[in-house]
Amino acid sequence: MLIMAAFIGFFLVIGLGFDYFYLNFSPVKTPDYIWNDAGYHEPRRAAGNIPFGTVIALLVGFGMTANGMMNGAKMVLRSTMARPADPGDEKERQLLNVVSEMAVAAGAKAPAAYIVPDRDLNAFAAGINPENSVIAVTEGLLGSLNREELQAVVAHEMSHIRNYDMRLMTVSAALMGAIALLSDLTGRTMRSRSLRGGAVSRSAGSRDRGGAGPVMALAFALWLVLVILAPVISRMLAMAISREREFLADASGVELTRNPLALVSALEKIRAAVTPTYAINNGVAHMCITDPRGSLLEDKAGLAADLFATHPPLQKRILALKVMAYQREQEYKST
Amino acid sequence: MYLALFIILAVGVGVAFMFNRLIEMRNQTANAFTQIDVQLKRRCDLIPNLINSVKGEMKFEQATLEKVIQARAAAVTAGHSGNMGEMMAKEGMLTQALGKLMALSENYPNLKANESVKALMEELTHTENQIGFSRQLYNDLVTKFNTAQQVFPTNLFAAALGFSPAELFELPSDSADRAVPKVDLQQ
Repeated sequence: MLIMAAFIGFFLVIGLGFDYFYLNFSPVKTPDYIWNDAGYHEPRRAAGNIPFGTVIALLVGFGMTANGMMNGAKMVLRSTMARPADPGDEKERQLLNVVSEMAVAAGAKAPAAYIVPDRDLNAFAAGINPENSVIAVTEGLLGSLNREELQAVVAHEMSHIRNYDMRLMTVSAALMGAIALLSDLTGRTMRSRSLRGGAVSRSAGSRDRGGAGPVMALAFALWLVLVILAPVISRMLAMAISREREFLADASGVELTRNPLALVSALEKIRAAVTPTYAINNGVAHMCITDPRGSLLEDKAGLAADLFATHPPLQKRILALKVMAYQREQEYKST
Repeated sequence: MYLALFIILAVGVGVAFMFNRLIEMRNQTANAFTQIDVQLKRRCDLIPNLINSVKGEMKFEQATLEKVIQARAAAVTAGHSGNMGEMMAKEGMLTQALGKLMALSENYPNLKANESVKALMEELTHTENQIGFSRQLYNDLVTKFNTAQQVFPTNLFAAALGFSPAELFELPSDSADRAVPKVDLQQ
């Protein structure tokens, strides 16, 4: 939640900065006094006191994700060529049973279960409402996990649904899009303006700010640096949210199964199969049990993984789960 | 005067919210309990099928089969009686008898290869898990409901509003379910 707040704050800095420096928007600007017909000085705020840039960028950002909002699950399923699980097949029957068990444990309606025809080991959840979301697993996962491990994976995905992670990730994708748009616009405006004599002098000159000149120039420079770094920073923030939700889904999945070690052994099996999941594209990466792009970033616990991976390193997740298992054991012993 | 009126109003609103929340929690626990009940009935319905399909192969395990049948009959009777403690005890015995049957069935390769028996076993495992998870949910909800009644200031009003703590679905402490199953490798 703290990261989300930072994300929104960052967006506001970029957006309102854009409005302030380029579109002449200021909430505390001294109004222009105009001599009206009745013989008074009448304060009148200049037009454009709405932060158009911020609002429009936000609208566009949400517009881009609206399609995903409306039929996210359907789109994802089609793109992965998933098919509904068949109750006639032995393993798929087991998947359906496990999904309904987890639904009972969560006291919720069972999501639909789908199979992705891919040999790699992965699973994902999709859908904006818990009522019409789906859980999909790959054929490879179904083939190599035993019942308890399958249950742990389904519980993890179920937790993504129950924690409304899809909604959160959609919002963060929208913010990321809006920031990218603003940063792009700034870059373009700057290039065209510098031909005509510099953005700073023009925007500073267009307003009467008196002695605030150097301060404003400094603020503008600072803001420009932020804008240039914005795409990278927003991606880092979005990924930080994603990783946090992964840890949360692991923990709340264990709350359903009360069996952290089953998830540990499932994650270890998934880790051993390092092939990337071709059927799943990057768009749903943050909803998967592990990153479908193979274990390139994920298996490294370095700085890059700490900043840009959608999932925490598997070792860290496994360690956290083992700690949970140990604590449960201690609690059990003490009673 | 106004102050007194205001305080009375505030307390009234507070009690109303409290009441609504407790009602909601009570209904949730009741619903979770019916879920356990549904699963227990399902298990009882599955057992005759299971016995029929394994009895030919497992004819040397007559005692175990008998025990399952008896435990099922006892559980059904206890379920009709509506006595919760009795029901828990009998269902616990049935769980244990079934567990033994399933463990023994591992020794019969013919059974393990049989498609319909395999499907039945999966169905039974599923039902056992459903029972376990619905019990887990029920106990969690009951704990929340009871805690909500016992914390201040709800504890001042809960009894007056007609709420009483709900009972956890626990196995009796001397239940067979708790005993560690004996493994005899000599056999």
